[in-house]
Amino acid sequence: MALTSEEEGVAMLAGTDLGGARGVLLMQSSGTGNCVNMLSLIKGGRFPFLTLVSMRGDFGEGNPWQFPMGQAVQPLLEAMGLICLRIDQPEEVVPTVGAALTMVFQSGQAVAVLLTQKLLGAKQF
Amino acid sequence: MPALIGRHEDFLVVSGLAGTSRDVAALTEDAAHTYTMAGAMGGACMIGLGLALARPDRRVLVVTGDGESLMNIGALATIAVMNAPNLAIVCVDNGHYGETGYQKSHTSLGVDLEKIAAGSGIKATRTIASQEEIAGGARLLREGNGTALVVLRVKPTDPPAFKRNMDPSACRSRFRAALLGAP
Repeated sequence: MALTSEEEGVAMLAGTDLGGARGVLLMQSSGTGNCVNMLSLIKGGRFPFLTLVSMRGDFGEGNPWQFPMGQAVQPLLEAMGLICLRIDQPEEVVPTVGAALTMVFQSGQAVAVLLTQKLLGAKQF
Repeated sequence: MPALIGRHEDFLVVSGLAGTSRDVAALTEDAAHTYTMAGAMGGACMIGLGLALARPDRRVLVVTGDGESLMNIGALATIAVMNAPNLAIVCVDNGHYGETGYQKSHTSLGVDLEKIAAGSGIKATRTIASQEEIAGGARLLREGNGTALVVLRVKPTDPPAFKRNMDPSACRSRFRAALLGAP
């Protein structure tokens, strides 16, 4: 389902967990900044939480507007208690996401899988 | 608000920070079927949506304030599009940010939350400003034809001083244990 702002997904997934179900937040790196305060709920509440983040402002980025947030993604998410796993190579995708699923839904952690621009390629402008 | 909600045990309740969480805690005696918050401002409605989608067999009630709703007003668009039939939202609108010194909120300055909800696409909306209108609002919360939102206009008075558990993790465990039989 689509959100108007990424922070909605953080709150929604906490509600999902309260109901005994599972979900994942898919967002671009620029949206992680919109999540910061709401991640207090995840950390304070010790909610299991998984997000897959497609990176911008990273390897080969051609849009200057993406750099401030792109470079701040990992420090910000780690400051809010998330474990960040970066993926640079295609063959890492399946094992890393599998590892993240175990860390989140078995071990109850908050994990962000960062799909870097080395993996995805940079958008052409 | 108690008259509007009726039998609170019929709902899983999520409440936004400050006044409405104190109201809900006092009304339910801090019951395990409630998740009351003292932070995560702007999150209450979307937490309610997530819970409603996870548990289509249960009624979910979000009780929150005007300030908390305004902080993430876009959520009403997402909620309208998803239109979970088991989700009902009560917005207790006192037009002020009570917990930080009663600064006027936008709803004191002309912003109409019911219109925003209706404009987002929520079909079942109502504003209640008098005693006589409460019964109709109470029925709307339980109809279940689609997501319902009721704006309850109240005077800016202090909420009850009810001590509740403010540990977000303990409250999560308590809620899940009561609902799922598991922490």
